[in-house]
Amino acid sequence: MEDDRRTMVTLLACGSFNPITNMHLRMFELARDYLEDTGRYKVVKGIISAVGDGYKKKGLIEAFHRVKMARLATENSEWITVDAWESLQLEWVETAKVVRHHYSLLTADEQDGDLVDSVNYTKKRRMEGNYVESASHHSKRVGPQLMLLCGADVLESFCIPNLWKQEDIAEIVGRFGMVCITRCGSDPHKFIYKSDMLWKHHKNIHVVTDWVTNDISATHVRRALRRGQSVRYLLPDNVLYYIQEHDLYSAESEQKNAGVVLAPLQRYSGDPSS
Amino acid sequence: MSSNMMRSTKAILKRKNYIQGCCVILRGAFTKMPIQRVPLVLLACGSFNPITNQHMRLFELARDYLHSTGQYQVVGGIVSPVSDSYGKQGLVLAKHRIAMAKLALQSSNWVTVDEWESQQPDWTETVVTMRYHYGRILKEYEESTHEDFNGSRSHPQSLPPQLKLLCGADFLDTFNIPGLWRDDHMEEVVGHFGLVCVSRGGLQPEQVVHESDTLWRHRQNIFQVKEWVRNETSATEVRRALRRGTSVKYLIPDSVIEYIQQHNLYTQDSERRNEGMALRPLVKQAHQPVESLDD
Repeated sequence: MEDDRRTMVTLLACGSFNPITNMHLRMFELARDYLEDTGRYKVVKGIISAVGDGYKKKGLIEAFHRVKMARLATENSEWITVDAWESLQLEWVETAKVVRHHYSLLTADEQDGDLVDSVNYTKKRRMEGNYVESASHHSKRVGPQLMLLCGADVLESFCIPNLWKQEDIAEIVGRFGMVCITRCGSDPHKFIYKSDMLWKHHKNIHVVTDWVTNDISATHVRRALRRGQSVRYLLPDNVLYYIQEHDLYSAESEQKNAGVVLAPLQRYSGDPSS
Repeated sequence: MSSNMMRSTKAILKRKNYIQGCCVILRGAFTKMPIQRVPLVLLACGSFNPITNQHMRLFELARDYLHSTGQYQVVGGIVSPVSDSYGKQGLVLAKHRIAMAKLALQSSNWVTVDEWESQQPDWTETVVTMRYHYGRILKEYEESTHEDFNGSRSHPQSLPPQLKLLCGADFLDTFNIPGLWRDDHMEEVVGHFGLVCVSRGGLQPEQVVHESDTLWRHRQNIFQVKEWVRNETSATEVRRALRRGTSVKYLIPDSVIEYIQQHNLYTQDSERRNEGMALRPLVKQAHQPVESLDD
Protein backbone atom coordinates (compact mmCIF):
# COMPACT_ATOMS: atom_id res chain seq x y z
CA MET A 1 0.00 0.00 0.00
CA GLU A 2 1.34 3.46 -0.82
CA ASP A 3 2.48 5.58 2.05
CA ASP A 4 -0.48 7.95 2.03
CA ARG A 5 -3.03 5.13 2.11
CA ARG A 6 -1.62 3.70 5.29
CA THR A 7 -3.04 4.52 8.70
CA MET A 8 -0.80 6.75 10.77
CA VAL A 9 -0.33 5.13 14.15
CA THR A 10 0.87 6.49 17.45
CA LEU A 11 1.85 3.90 20.04
CA LEU A 12 1.12 4.72 23.67
CA ALA A 13 2.76 2.72 26.43
CA CYS A 14 1.40 3.17 29.93
CA GLY A 15 3.23 1.65 32.83
CA SER A 16 5.30 2.16 35.94
CA PHE A 17 8.65 2.43 34.14
CA ASN A 18 10.21 1.83 37.48
CA PRO A 19 12.81 2.05 35.99
CA ILE A 20 12.63 2.06 32.21
CA THR A 21 14.67 -0.78 30.69
CA ASN A 22 15.88 -1.90 27.27
CA MET A 23 12.92 -4.27 27.20
CA HIS A 24 10.44 -1.38 27.31
CA LEU A 25 12.31 0.31 24.51
CA ARG A 26 12.42 -2.91 22.48
CA MET A 27 8.63 -3.17 22.71
CA PHE A 28 8.29 0.01 20.68
CA GLU A 29 10.73 -1.20 18.05
CA LEU A 30 9.07 -4.61 17.77
CA ALA A 31 5.60 -3.07 17.55
CA ARG A 32 6.66 -0.65 14.85
CA ASP A 33 8.32 -3.34 12.75
CA TYR A 34 5.25 -5.56 13.09
CA LEU A 35 2.66 -2.95 12.19
CA GLU A 36 4.61 -1.57 9.25
CA ASP A 37 5.22 -5.07 7.99
CA THR A 38 1.45 -5.54 7.54
CA GLY A 39 1.59 -2.76 4.97
CA ARG A 40 -1.48 -1.12 6.51
CA TYR A 41 0.19 1.11 9.04
CA LYS A 42 2.85 3.71 9.40
CA VAL A 43 4.03 4.23 12.96
CA VAL A 44 4.82 7.90 13.35
CA LYS A 45 5.19 8.34 17.08
CA GLY A 46 5.71 6.52 20.34
CA ILE A 47 4.66 7.89 23.71
CA ILE A 48 5.84 6.71 27.10
CA SER A 49 3.37 7.66 29.78
CA ALA A 50 4.59 6.90 33.27
CA VAL A 51 1.88 6.22 35.87
CA GLY A 52 1.39 8.77 38.66
CA ASP A 53 2.46 8.19 42.25
CA GLY A 54 -1.23 7.85 43.11
CA TYR A 55 -1.13 4.34 41.66
CA LYS A 56 0.38 3.25 44.99
CA LYS A 57 2.25 0.27 43.65
CA LYS A 58 4.78 -1.26 46.02
CA GLY A 59 8.29 -0.03 45.31
CA LEU A 60 7.10 2.78 43.02
CA ILE A 61 9.53 5.67 43.32
CA GLU A 62 8.62 9.30 42.62
CA ALA A 63 7.17 10.03 39.19
CA PHE A 64 9.64 12.88 38.77
CA HIS A 65 12.55 10.41 38.62
CA ARG A 66 10.72 7.87 36.50
CA VAL A 67 9.85 10.47 33.90
CA LYS A 68 13.37 11.85 33.95
CA MET A 69 14.86 8.40 33.38
CA ALA A 70 12.48 7.74 30.51
CA ARG A 71 13.52 11.04 28.93
CA LEU A 72 17.19 10.10 29.27
CA ALA A 73 16.48 6.70 27.74
CA THR A 74 14.74 8.19 24.72
CA GLU A 75 17.22 10.97 24.09
CA ASN A 76 18.57 9.10 21.10
CA SER A 77 15.25 8.04 19.69
CA GLU A 78 13.82 9.84 16.71
CA TRP A 79 10.27 8.80 17.36
CA ILE A 80 9.76 7.74 20.97
CA THR A 81 8.87 10.54 23.37
CA VAL A 82 7.89 10.87 26.99
CA ASP A 83 4.69 12.52 28.18
CA ALA A 84 4.36 13.60 31.79
CA TRP A 85 0.63 14.41 31.85
CA GLU A 86 -0.48 11.18 33.50
CA SER A 87 2.36 11.31 36.02
CA LEU A 88 1.41 14.83 37.06
CA GLN A 89 -2.18 13.97 38.02
CA LEU A 90 -2.61 13.72 41.78
CA GLU A 91 -5.02 10.80 41.65
CA TRP A 92 -4.44 7.68 39.63
CA VAL A 93 -5.89 7.96 36.11
CA GLU A 94 -7.52 5.00 34.37
CA THR A 95 -5.63 3.84 31.32
CA ALA A 96 -8.67 4.38 29.10
CA LYS A 97 -8.70 8.02 30.19
CA VAL A 98 -5.02 8.39 29.36
CA VAL A 99 -5.63 6.88 25.96
CA ARG A 100 -8.57 9.23 25.35
CA HIS A 101 -6.50 12.20 26.47
CA HIS A 102 -3.70 11.44 24.06
CA TYR A 103 -6.09 10.62 21.25
CA SER A 104 -7.76 13.99 21.60
CA LEU A 105 -4.36 15.70 21.47
CA LEU A 106 -3.57 13.69 18.36
CA THR A 107 -6.73 14.61 16.52
CA ALA A 108 -6.54 18.24 17.64
CA ASP A 109 -3.16 18.36 15.90
CA GLU A 110 -4.59 17.47 12.53
CA GLN A 111 -4.65 20.65 10.45
CA ASP A 112 -5.21 19.01 7.11
CA GLY A 113 -8.78 19.62 5.91
CA ASP A 114 -9.13 16.25 4.23
CA LEU A 115 -7.98 14.58 7.34
CA VAL A 116 -10.48 16.46 9.47
CA ASP A 117 -13.26 15.33 7.16
CA SER A 118 -12.21 11.75 7.33
CA VAL A 119 -11.79 11.98 11.10
CA ASN A 120 -15.35 13.28 11.44
CA TYR A 121 -16.53 10.57 9.14
CA THR A 122 -14.78 7.86 11.05
CA LYS A 123 -15.92 9.40 14.36
CA LYS A 124 -19.50 9.01 13.17
CA ARG A 125 -18.89 5.44 12.12
CA ARG A 126 -17.13 4.74 15.41
CA MET A 127 -20.17 5.78 17.34
CA GLU A 128 -22.10 3.28 15.34
CA GLY A 129 -19.68 0.70 16.66
CA ASN A 130 -18.29 -0.21 13.28
CA TYR A 131 -15.02 1.60 13.45
CA VAL A 132 -12.73 -1.25 12.59
CA GLU A 133 -14.79 -2.53 9.69
CA SER A 134 -15.31 0.89 8.17
CA ALA A 135 -11.62 1.76 8.45
CA SER A 136 -10.64 -1.20 6.36
CA HIS A 137 -13.17 -0.38 3.65
CA HIS A 138 -12.57 3.31 3.67
CA SER A 139 -11.16 4.52 0.40
CA LYS A 140 -10.00 7.84 1.78
CA ARG A 141 -6.99 7.93 4.09
CA VAL A 142 -8.21 7.23 7.61
CA GLY A 143 -7.34 9.52 10.47
CA PRO A 144 -4.56 8.81 12.88
CA GLN A 145 -4.93 5.85 15.17
CA LEU A 146 -3.70 5.59 18.72
CA MET A 147 -2.93 2.11 19.96
CA LEU A 148 -2.07 0.97 23.44
CA LEU A 149 1.30 -0.78 23.51
CA CYS A 150 1.94 -3.29 26.25
CA GLY A 151 3.31 -6.66 27.23
CA ALA A 152 1.04 -9.67 27.05
CA ASP A 153 0.98 -9.71 30.84
CA VAL A 154 -1.04 -6.48 30.76
CA LEU A 155 -3.57 -8.10 28.43
CA GLU A 156 -3.87 -10.98 30.83
CA SER A 157 -4.37 -8.59 33.73
CA PHE A 158 -7.78 -7.74 32.22
CA CYS A 159 -9.23 -10.66 34.14
CA ILE A 160 -7.93 -9.62 37.55
CA PRO A 161 -10.98 -8.63 39.60
CA ASN A 162 -11.36 -4.90 40.20
CA LEU A 163 -8.26 -3.98 38.28
CA TRP A 164 -10.05 -2.87 35.13
CA LYS A 165 -13.51 -1.60 34.37
CA GLN A 166 -15.15 -3.72 31.69
CA GLU A 167 -16.24 -0.69 29.71
CA ASP A 168 -12.68 0.61 29.74
CA ILE A 169 -11.38 -2.63 28.27
CA ALA A 170 -14.13 -2.51 25.65
CA GLU A 171 -13.17 1.01 24.71
CA ILE A 172 -9.46 0.30 24.51
CA VAL A 173 -9.81 -2.75 22.28
CA GLY A 174 -12.93 -1.64 20.41
CA ARG A 175 -12.29 1.99 19.73
CA PHE A 176 -8.55 2.31 19.85
CA GLY A 177 -6.61 -0.93 19.49
CA MET A 178 -3.79 -2.71 21.26
CA VAL A 179 -0.37 -4.01 20.38
CA CYS A 180 0.72 -6.79 22.74
CA ILE A 181 4.24 -8.09 22.88
CA THR A 182 4.44 -11.69 24.01
CA ARG A 183 6.27 -12.55 27.18
CA CYS A 184 7.41 -15.74 28.85
CA GLY A 185 4.54 -17.51 30.52
CA SER A 186 1.84 -15.62 28.64
CA ASP A 187 -0.31 -17.05 25.91
CA PRO A 188 -2.11 -14.00 24.55
CA HIS A 189 -3.81 -15.80 21.65
CA LYS A 190 -5.44 -18.23 24.01
CA PHE A 191 -6.40 -15.48 26.41
CA ILE A 192 -8.09 -13.52 23.61
CA TYR A 193 -9.83 -16.64 22.38
CA LYS A 194 -11.27 -17.35 25.81
CA SER A 195 -12.76 -13.90 26.27
CA ASP A 196 -15.90 -13.06 24.32
CA MET A 197 -15.25 -9.36 24.47
CA LEU A 198 -11.64 -9.60 23.39
CA TRP A 199 -12.52 -12.10 20.70
CA LYS A 200 -15.08 -9.71 19.25
CA HIS A 201 -12.32 -7.15 18.73
CA HIS A 202 -9.47 -9.53 18.06
CA LYS A 203 -8.66 -7.83 14.76
CA ASN A 204 -7.85 -4.78 16.81
CA ILE A 205 -5.46 -6.63 19.11
CA HIS A 206 -2.12 -7.12 17.43
CA VAL A 207 -0.09 -9.85 19.09
CA VAL A 208 3.60 -9.51 18.35
CA THR A 209 5.78 -12.50 19.04
CA ASP A 210 9.14 -11.59 20.48
CA TRP A 211 11.24 -14.45 19.12
CA VAL A 212 14.27 -13.20 20.94
CA THR A 213 13.04 -13.71 24.46
CA ASN A 214 13.88 -10.77 26.52
CA ASP A 215 12.75 -10.89 30.09
CA ILE A 216 14.56 -7.88 31.38
CA SER A 217 11.89 -6.64 33.73
CA ALA A 218 12.10 -3.55 35.88
CA THR A 219 11.50 -5.88 38.85
CA HIS A 220 14.63 -7.79 38.01
CA VAL A 221 16.60 -4.59 37.57
CA ARG A 222 15.47 -3.28 40.96
CA ARG A 223 16.34 -6.59 42.58
CA ALA A 224 19.83 -6.60 41.08
CA LEU A 225 20.39 -3.00 42.17
CA ARG A 226 19.33 -3.83 45.74
CA ARG A 227 21.84 -6.64 45.78
CA GLY A 228 24.63 -4.50 44.42
CA GLN A 229 24.73 -6.46 41.18
CA SER A 230 25.44 -4.97 37.80
CA VAL A 231 22.56 -3.98 35.53
CA ARG A 232 24.80 -2.53 32.87
CA TYR A 233 23.56 -3.23 29.32
CA LEU A 234 20.02 -3.96 30.61
CA LEU A 235 19.10 -0.34 30.40
CA PRO A 236 20.72 2.70 28.78
CA ASP A 237 23.94 3.88 30.38
CA ASN A 238 22.63 7.37 31.07
CA VAL A 239 19.68 5.91 32.99
CA LEU A 240 22.06 3.76 35.01
CA TYR A 241 24.22 6.77 35.90
CA TYR A 242 21.11 8.69 36.94
CA ILE A 243 20.06 5.84 39.24
CA GLN A 244 23.52 5.68 40.79
CA GLU A 245 23.77 9.44 41.14
CA HIS A 246 20.46 9.67 42.98
CA ASP A 247 20.76 6.32 44.74
CA LEU A 248 17.24 5.53 43.65
CA TYR A 249 16.67 1.86 44.33
CA SER A 250 17.27 0.19 47.64
CA ALA A 251 15.63 -2.19 50.09
CA GLU A 252 13.98 0.89 51.52
CA SER A 253 12.57 2.19 48.26
CA GLU A 254 11.13 -1.25 47.57
CA GLN A 255 9.07 -0.95 50.75
CA LYS A 256 7.27 2.17 49.57
CA ASN A 257 3.50 1.61 49.57
CA ALA A 258 3.96 -1.73 51.32
CA GLY A 259 0.56 -2.75 52.62
CA VAL A 260 -1.21 -0.02 50.68
CA VAL A 261 -4.02 -1.08 48.35
CA LEU A 262 -3.37 -0.46 44.66
CA ALA A 263 -5.41 2.54 43.45
CA PRO A 264 -7.62 0.77 40.90
CA LEU A 265 -8.48 -1.98 43.40
CA GLN A 266 -9.29 0.65 45.95
CA ARG A 267 -11.42 2.63 43.55
CA TYR A 268 -13.39 -0.19 41.95
CA SER A 269 -14.00 -2.40 44.93
CA GLY A 270 -15.08 0.53 47.10
CA ASP A 271 -17.62 2.15 44.80
CA PRO A 272 -19.58 -0.03 42.35
CA SER A 273 -21.04 3.03 40.66
CA SER A 274 -17.68 4.61 39.74
CA MET B 1 50.73 -7.09 57.96
CA SER B 2 54.09 -6.69 59.69
CA SER B 3 57.07 -6.07 57.42
CA ASN B 4 58.66 -9.36 58.46
CA MET B 5 55.53 -11.28 57.50
CA MET B 6 55.33 -9.33 54.27
CA ARG B 7 58.89 -10.07 53.25
CA SER B 8 58.48 -13.75 53.91
CA THR B 9 55.18 -13.78 52.01
CA LYS B 10 56.80 -12.11 49.04
CA ALA B 11 59.61 -14.62 49.16
CA ILE B 12 57.13 -17.48 49.25
CA LEU B 13 55.24 -16.10 46.29
CA LYS B 14 58.39 -15.70 44.28
CA ARG B 15 59.60 -19.20 44.90
CA LYS B 16 56.39 -21.15 44.44
CA ASN B 17 53.88 -21.10 41.62
CA TYR B 18 50.72 -19.08 41.86
CA ILE B 19 48.45 -21.87 43.02
CA GLN B 20 50.65 -22.71 45.96
CA GLY B 21 51.06 -19.04 46.70
CA CYS B 22 47.34 -18.73 47.07
CA CYS B 23 47.27 -21.68 49.47
CA VAL B 24 49.85 -19.98 51.66
CA ILE B 25 47.75 -16.86 51.80
CA LEU B 26 44.56 -18.78 52.47
CA ARG B 27 46.26 -20.87 55.11
CA GLY B 28 47.25 -17.59 56.61
CA ALA B 29 43.60 -17.06 57.33
CA PHE B 30 43.90 -19.48 60.17
CA THR B 31 46.59 -17.33 61.71
CA LYS B 32 44.31 -14.29 61.41
CA MET B 33 45.95 -12.93 58.27
CA PRO B 34 43.41 -11.31 55.91
CA ILE B 35 42.47 -13.47 52.92
CA GLN B 36 43.68 -11.77 49.81
CA ARG B 37 41.63 -12.05 46.70
CA VAL B 38 43.24 -13.49 43.61
CA PRO B 39 43.37 -10.90 40.85
CA LEU B 40 41.53 -12.30 37.87
CA VAL B 41 41.34 -11.41 34.21
CA LEU B 42 38.44 -12.75 32.12
CA LEU B 43 39.07 -13.60 28.50
CA ALA B 44 36.21 -14.04 26.07
CA CYS B 45 37.03 -15.64 22.73
CA GLY B 46 34.40 -15.72 20.05
CA SER B 47 33.20 -14.45 16.71
CA PHE B 48 31.63 -11.24 18.04
CA ASN B 49 29.80 -11.09 14.79
CA PRO B 50 28.63 -8.55 15.89
CA ILE B 51 29.21 -7.81 19.57
CA THR B 52 25.90 -7.47 21.44
CA ASN B 53 24.69 -6.21 24.80
CA GLN B 54 24.48 -9.84 25.82
CA HIS B 55 28.22 -10.32 25.29
CA MET B 56 28.93 -7.37 27.50
CA ARG B 57 26.47 -8.67 30.08
CA LEU B 58 28.56 -11.85 30.35
CA PHE B 59 31.41 -9.83 31.76
CA GLU B 60 29.20 -8.00 34.24
CA LEU B 61 27.50 -11.17 35.46
CA ALA B 62 30.79 -13.05 35.75
CA ARG B 63 32.43 -10.24 37.67
CA ASP B 64 29.58 -9.98 40.17
CA TYR B 65 29.59 -13.73 40.67
CA LEU B 66 33.34 -14.07 41.15
CA HIS B 67 33.42 -11.18 43.59
CA SER B 68 30.68 -12.80 45.60
CA THR B 69 32.79 -15.95 46.10
CA GLY B 70 35.14 -13.82 48.18
CA GLN B 71 38.13 -15.40 46.45
CA TYR B 72 38.61 -13.23 43.42
CA GLN B 73 39.05 -9.63 42.40
CA VAL B 74 38.24 -9.25 38.74
CA VAL B 75 40.74 -6.70 37.48
CA GLY B 76 40.22 -6.87 33.74
CA GLY B 77 38.22 -8.24 30.85
CA ILE B 78 39.40 -9.00 27.34
CA VAL B 79 37.28 -9.44 24.22
CA SER B 80 39.29 -11.38 21.65
CA PRO B 81 37.49 -11.69 18.30
CA VAL B 82 38.44 -14.77 16.26
CA SER B 83 40.44 -14.37 13.08
CA ASP B 84 38.88 -14.51 9.61
CA SER B 85 40.53 -17.86 8.96
CA TYR B 86 38.13 -19.51 11.42
CA GLY B 87 35.92 -19.96 8.39
CA LYS B 88 32.59 -19.75 10.16
CA GLN B 89 29.62 -19.05 7.93
CA GLY B 90 28.58 -15.42 7.93
CA LEU B 91 31.78 -14.14 9.57
CA VAL B 92 32.49 -10.58 8.45
CA LEU B 93 36.01 -9.19 8.28
CA ALA B 94 37.90 -9.07 11.56
CA LYS B 95 38.67 -5.39 11.07
CA HIS B 96 34.93 -4.65 11.26
CA ARG B 97 34.31 -6.95 14.20
CA ILE B 98 37.18 -5.33 16.07
CA ALA B 99 35.97 -1.82 15.23
CA MET B 100 32.44 -2.63 16.44
CA ALA B 101 33.71 -4.18 19.66
CA LYS B 102 35.83 -1.12 20.32
CA LEU B 103 32.84 1.16 19.78
CA ALA B 104 30.72 -0.94 22.09
CA LEU B 105 33.33 -1.00 24.83
CA GLN B 106 34.40 2.61 24.57
CA SER B 107 32.61 3.49 27.75
CA SER B 108 33.76 0.45 29.72
CA ASN B 109 36.43 1.08 32.31
CA TRP B 110 37.54 -2.52 32.64
CA VAL B 111 36.83 -4.49 29.48
CA THR B 112 39.01 -3.99 26.42
CA VAL B 113 39.29 -5.41 22.90
CA ASP B 114 42.41 -7.27 21.86
CA GLU B 115 43.43 -7.76 18.23
CA TRP B 116 46.24 -10.25 18.65
CA GLU B 117 44.19 -13.35 17.88
CA SER B 118 42.55 -11.74 14.84
CA GLN B 119 45.93 -10.73 13.48
CA GLN B 120 47.50 -14.18 13.52
CA PRO B 121 48.05 -15.67 10.05
CA ASP B 122 46.01 -18.79 10.81
CA TRP B 123 43.20 -19.61 13.19
CA THR B 124 44.58 -19.81 16.72
CA GLU B 125 43.53 -22.47 19.19
CA THR B 126 41.83 -21.03 22.24
CA VAL B 127 44.51 -22.41 24.51
CA VAL B 128 47.22 -20.64 22.52
CA THR B 129 45.35 -17.34 22.86
CA MET B 130 45.01 -17.99 26.57
CA ARG B 131 48.72 -18.73 26.95
CA TYR B 132 49.54 -15.52 25.11
CA HIS B 133 47.34 -13.35 27.31
CA TYR B 134 48.38 -15.11 30.48
CA GLY B 135 52.04 -14.59 29.59
CA ARG B 136 51.34 -10.90 29.06
CA ILE B 137 49.55 -10.28 32.33
CA LEU B 138 52.03 -12.35 34.30
CA LYS B 139 54.89 -10.33 32.82
CA GLU B 140 53.15 -7.08 33.78
CA TYR B 141 52.64 -8.41 37.25
CA GLU B 142 56.24 -9.51 37.63
CA GLU B 143 57.50 -6.17 36.39
CA SER B 144 55.37 -4.28 38.87
CA THR B 145 56.38 -6.63 41.68
CA HIS B 146 60.03 -6.15 40.80
CA GLU B 147 59.61 -2.38 40.92
CA ASP B 148 57.86 -2.53 44.26
CA PHE B 149 60.49 -4.71 45.77
CA ASN B 150 63.23 -2.37 44.71
CA GLY B 151 61.25 0.67 45.73
CA SER B 152 60.52 -0.98 49.08
CA ARG B 153 56.94 0.24 49.17
CA SER B 154 55.17 -0.88 52.26
CA HIS B 155 51.74 -1.74 50.87
CA PRO B 156 50.82 -5.44 50.83
CA GLN B 157 51.79 -7.25 47.65
CA SER B 158 48.98 -8.52 45.48
CA LEU B 159 48.80 -12.14 44.46
CA PRO B 160 49.81 -13.16 40.95
CA PRO B 161 46.92 -12.83 38.54
CA GLN B 162 44.91 -15.65 36.99
CA LEU B 163 43.30 -15.82 33.60
CA LYS B 164 40.03 -17.62 33.02
CA LEU B 165 37.97 -18.20 29.93
CA LEU B 166 34.59 -16.50 29.98
CA CYS B 167 31.88 -18.07 27.89
CA GLY B 168 28.21 -18.82 27.47
CA ALA B 169 26.80 -22.27 28.16
CA ASP B 170 26.62 -23.04 24.45
CA PHE B 171 30.40 -22.92 24.45
CA LEU B 172 30.55 -25.88 26.84
CA ASP B 173 28.58 -27.86 24.28
CA THR B 174 31.32 -27.35 21.71
CA PHE B 175 33.62 -29.60 23.73
CA ASN B 176 31.47 -32.49 22.51
CA ILE B 177 31.85 -31.72 18.83
CA PRO B 178 34.25 -34.31 17.40
CA GLY B 179 37.47 -32.85 16.12
CA LEU B 180 36.81 -29.35 17.35
CA TRP B 181 38.94 -29.57 20.46
CA ARG B 182 42.16 -31.42 21.11
CA ASP B 183 41.94 -33.39 24.35
CA ASP B 184 45.14 -31.91 25.72
CA HIS B 185 43.89 -28.42 24.94
CA MET B 186 40.64 -29.08 26.73
CA GLU B 187 42.64 -30.24 29.74
CA GLU B 188 44.70 -27.10 29.76
CA VAL B 189 41.82 -24.67 29.23
CA VAL B 190 39.62 -26.26 31.87
CA GLY B 191 42.18 -27.79 34.21
CA HIS B 192 44.99 -25.28 34.22
CA PHE B 193 43.20 -22.02 33.49
CA GLY B 194 39.54 -22.51 34.33
CA LEU B 195 36.17 -21.57 32.87
CA VAL B 196 33.56 -19.07 33.88
CA CYS B 197 30.41 -20.16 32.15
CA VAL B 198 27.30 -17.97 32.11
CA SER B 199 24.20 -19.98 31.40
CA ARG B 200 21.54 -18.70 29.06
CA GLY B 201 17.92 -19.68 29.12
CA GLY B 202 17.22 -23.22 27.96
CA LEU B 203 20.64 -24.81 28.16
CA GLN B 204 21.82 -27.31 30.74
CA PRO B 205 25.45 -26.61 31.49
CA GLU B 206 25.57 -28.86 34.52
CA GLN B 207 24.46 -31.73 32.32
CA VAL B 208 27.20 -31.05 29.79
CA VAL B 209 29.80 -31.10 32.55
CA HIS B 210 28.32 -34.31 33.90
CA GLU B 211 28.46 -36.01 30.51
CA SER B 212 32.12 -35.23 29.84
CA ASP B 213 34.81 -37.00 31.85
CA THR B 214 37.32 -34.22 31.26
CA LEU B 215 34.93 -31.48 32.31
CA TRP B 216 33.74 -33.54 35.26
CA ARG B 217 37.28 -34.06 36.47
CA HIS B 218 37.81 -30.29 36.52
CA ARG B 219 34.36 -29.29 37.69
CA GLN B 220 35.89 -27.29 40.57
CA ASN B 221 37.51 -25.10 37.98
CA ILE B 222 34.29 -24.48 36.07
CA PHE B 223 32.36 -21.61 37.56
CA GLN B 224 28.70 -21.73 36.61
CA VAL B 225 27.02 -18.36 36.65
CA LYS B 226 23.27 -18.31 36.41
CA GLU B 227 21.58 -15.60 34.47
CA TRP B 228 18.09 -15.57 35.92
CA VAL B 229 16.78 -13.18 33.35
CA ARG B 230 16.22 -14.97 30.08
CA ASN B 231 17.83 -12.92 27.42
CA GLU B 232 18.30 -14.65 24.14
CA THR B 233 19.78 -11.76 22.26
CA SER B 234 22.40 -13.55 20.23
CA ALA B 235 24.59 -12.25 17.44
CA THR B 236 22.77 -14.75 15.19
CA GLU B 237 19.44 -13.10 16.02
CA VAL B 238 20.90 -9.67 15.50
CA ARG B 239 22.19 -10.64 12.06
CA ARG B 240 18.82 -12.15 11.21
CA ALA B 241 17.02 -8.98 12.20
CA LEU B 242 19.44 -6.86 10.19
CA ARG B 243 18.96 -9.01 7.08
CA ARG B 244 15.23 -8.58 7.38
CA GLY B 245 15.47 -4.86 7.95
CA THR B 246 13.96 -5.08 11.42
CA SER B 247 15.17 -3.08 14.37
CA VAL B 248 18.09 -4.07 16.57
CA LYS B 249 18.01 -0.93 18.63
CA TYR B 250 18.56 -1.60 22.35
CA LEU B 251 20.07 -5.02 21.54
CA ILE B 252 23.41 -3.61 20.53
CA PRO B 253 24.87 -0.16 21.21
CA ASP B 254 23.76 2.70 18.94
CA SER B 255 27.35 3.30 17.85
CA VAL B 256 27.56 -0.27 16.59
CA ILE B 257 24.26 0.08 14.71
CA GLU B 258 25.60 3.18 13.00
CA TYR B 259 28.80 1.42 12.05
CA ILE B 260 26.87 -1.51 10.58
CA GLN B 261 24.67 0.83 8.56
CA GLN B 262 27.61 2.86 7.32
CA HIS B 263 29.42 -0.23 6.08
CA ASN B 264 26.29 -2.18 5.11
CA LEU B 265 27.74 -5.13 6.94
CA TYR B 266 25.06 -7.74 7.42
CA THR B 267 23.12 -8.86 4.39
CA GLN B 268 22.01 -12.06 2.64
CA ASP B 269 25.40 -12.08 0.95
CA SER B 270 27.44 -11.63 4.08
CA GLU B 271 25.57 -14.51 5.71
CA ARG B 272 26.62 -16.80 2.86
CA ARG B 273 30.32 -16.13 3.35
CA ASN B 274 32.24 -19.34 3.99
CA GLU B 275 29.18 -21.34 3.01
CA GLY B 276 30.11 -24.98 2.63
CA MET B 277 33.55 -24.45 4.10
CA ALA B 278 34.71 -26.59 6.97
CA LEU B 279 35.60 -24.78 10.15
CA ARG B 280 39.36 -24.27 10.30
CA PRO B 281 39.86 -26.12 13.60
CA LEU B 282 38.23 -29.24 12.15
CA VAL B 283 40.65 -29.18 9.22
CA LYS B 284 43.73 -28.24 11.20
CA GLN B 285 43.20 -30.82 13.90
CA ALA B 286 41.94 -33.65 11.75
CA HIS B 287 45.33 -35.14 11.02
CA GLN B 288 47.25 -34.06 14.05
CA PRO B 289 48.37 -36.82 16.37
CA VAL B 290 47.17 -36.30 19.89
CA GLU B 291 50.16 -35.48 22.04
CA SER B 292 50.71 -37.43 25.17
CA LEU B 293 49.63 -35.66 28.32
CA ASP B 294 53.09 -36.29 29.68
CA ASP B 295 54.50 -33.59 27.40
